[in-house]
Amino acid sequence: MKLVKFIEFLRDRLKAVTLVCIGVLALLALLDTLFVSNEEAHTAIEHVPAFWSIFGFIGCVLIIVLSKWYGHLGIMTREDYYEDKPSQTKEERHE
Amino acid sequence: MNSFWLHPSLILILGSLLLLLVPARLKRGYLLLIPILLFARILTMAHGEFGQVHILQWTLVFGRVDALSSVFGYIMSLMCILSTLYGAHVKDDWQHIASWFYVAGSVGCIYAGDFITLFLFWEMMAFSSVFLIWFRGRRESLFAGYRYLLVHVAGGVALLGGMVWHCQTQGSWFFGEAFNNLAVHHATPATYLIMIGFILNAAVPPLHGWLPDAYGEATFNGSVFLCAFTTKTAVYALCRGFAGMEILVVLGVIMALYGVIYAVLENDCRRLLAYHIISQVGYMVAGVGLGTQMAINGACAHAFAHILYKGLLFMGCGAVLHMTGESKFTELGGLWKKMPWTFVFTLIGGLSISAFPLFSGFVSKSMIVSAGFEEHKYWVGLLLLLASSGTFLHTGLKVPYFIWFGKNQPKQETWDRAAEPPWNMNAAMIIASVLCIFIGCYTPYLYKMLPYPAVAAEYHPYNAYHIFETLQILLFTGLGFFLLLKKLVPDPTISLDMDWFYRKGWRVFLWVARKPVQAADTFIGELYRVAGLVPLMLSARVAGLFDNEVIDGAVDGFAESIRGIGRRLRFAQRGQMQQNLAFAFAVAAVLILAFLWYSNALAR
Repeated sequence: MKLVKFIEFLRDRLKAVTLVCIGVLALLALLDTLFVSNEEAHTAIEHVPAFWSIFGFIGCVLIIVLSKWYGHLGIMTREDYYEDKPSQTKEERHE
Repeated sequence: MNSFWLHPSLILILGSLLLLLVPARLKRGYLLLIPILLFARILTMAHGEFGQVHILQWTLVFGRVDALSSVFGYIMSLMCILSTLYGAHVKDDWQHIASWFYVAGSVGCIYAGDFITLFLFWEMMAFSSVFLIWFRGRRESLFAGYRYLLVHVAGGVALLGGMVWHCQTQGSWFFGEAFNNLAVHHATPATYLIMIGFILNAAVPPLHGWLPDAYGEATFNGSVFLCAFTTKTAVYALCRGFAGMEILVVLGVIMALYGVIYAVLENDCRRLLAYHIISQVGYMVAGVGLGTQMAINGACAHAFAHILYKGLLFMGCGAVLHMTGESKFTELGGLWKKMPWTFVFTLIGGLSISAFPLFSGFVSKSMIVSAGFEEHKYWVGLLLLLASSGTFLHTGLKVPYFIWFGKNQPKQETWDRAAEPPWNMNAAMIIASVLCIFIGCYTPYLYKMLPYPAVAAEYHPYNAYHIFETLQILLFTGLGFFLLLKKLVPDPTISLDMDWFYRKGWRVFLWVARKPVQAADTFIGELYRVAGLVPLMLSARVAGLFDNEVIDGAVDGFAESIRGIGRRLRFAQRGQMQQNLAFAFAVAAVLILAFLWYSNALAR
């Protein structure tokens, strides 16, 4: 199957793929700073060079860190949390 | 009735009744024929008010066809074709019947011109969709189905109450009013009740617990139906009734972020997608709240695009579940060798939901964000853009990465079972993928259908600033994902959500019930001790005997029998319980009809 071969090809060259991706990111931020006019910007803060790159990166990190923090407050729990038989255990304790 | 007007839902209802009679070798063709007939019927419907039925003193309007209902009718019937094709190899006729009734309910709501008709179809949706959960046949899905039903019945009661109340204030003595934009700037308690009924179906927090609970438990193809119809019918109803309702802006933005946060924690891929429904419907709800022509266009466009790409994502994850029997990230990984095309389709869905340029989300989501900025509600625009970073993080990266790549190696049994799904599932995914890309590339297709086509024609998503803005947000989110990959490795846990209150909340109720009973018991005991001097010993003994034998016996016996009934209800065979339910619904329908007839007789 050709698709599998293609994915294999990319996986074998993981370093090169990573470098290309980083290159694309740098190019994107650079092009934005140099060439894209800010006429369409809605707010003043968007005039910061490569503002949306910073926004995307910090946003992503914030979402991950805050959600994990929230999850570890006790929101994430064992998979059989709803499955135990609380009525029986409680009644046993009661008796 | 003025003249014969074929209601599109009728095609599905009659079609599903005849399905049982169709011979097996013609079944697949028949399964495709009926949704295609539905789609053709909707395409050929002229605008206007049709299907007016005069019952008693009301005029029911079954067919109000205008720009708003047409765009929703179009996408619902298109999705019906795709979802039916996706599940066409399922042998169980009842699953198809349940899903067609469900779609019929949704289409009926969309074309309903008055509150009574809307309510009837609204309830039809709830009562037929629950079977899509039950048919999975697991013990968990049975319970999840009952919870789903109870929550929706509660929402239906709120809706009904609001409708009756609203119509009474409008001067009609029952709820036969035409369903139009409610006076959102002078909202009454009745308006809020109707809104609660609608936003429960739209899964607006805190009324959203049912959605991930149910969609994670439904059958592999049932979830494809579920993800499209309930929430988007609610979005339609909100567009119709609540455009410009300020509170919806706040609720919508909260939703968009809430879904993202829970998606980080989620280990089940279909529950993750369910949380992203909440997030994406948040954009639409915010659009409805903004209420400008552009925002309403955006809400409709996003609902249209969302139905396709979310259907595609549920198809991809459903295919993994169908083929491997697993939907948890911790049980999956490295499937690219076994299911590469499913990966590609799911990725297309992921890129569409993340609003990559050239994919459908890009041309729809940005309308709502722009409408927010244009209304000078900068926080709305920025927070929605933040949520779209989270969307790409999960649906574009986390789902494909942890199912098809990742370090995790699934069990040998799962690995051996994994393979590309049957052709019909692939075909449905191919069509959905093509549509996602087509909508993203050729904007007039979607924009011409929107309620305000003139406004939509002036909107151009493809300009340098917008493309660069989106690409930067998304690709730098990708950078964050790979840098923090270790933090994102899923844990085998579940996350507590609002459904906790009705799944565990009964303990609080039990505690409240137990404490006063115990206190009373102690108090009486104390009374006996103090007053139980020698002359009273005898009567005290008699009272003690009474307390022990009669009261305790009665209380214990009562509790025991309640527990017995509860236990039997919980484990009752599905078929029997559902027959009972069907019986109860039938009795309710007869009672309503009797009431209508009786009140009419009185009115004369």
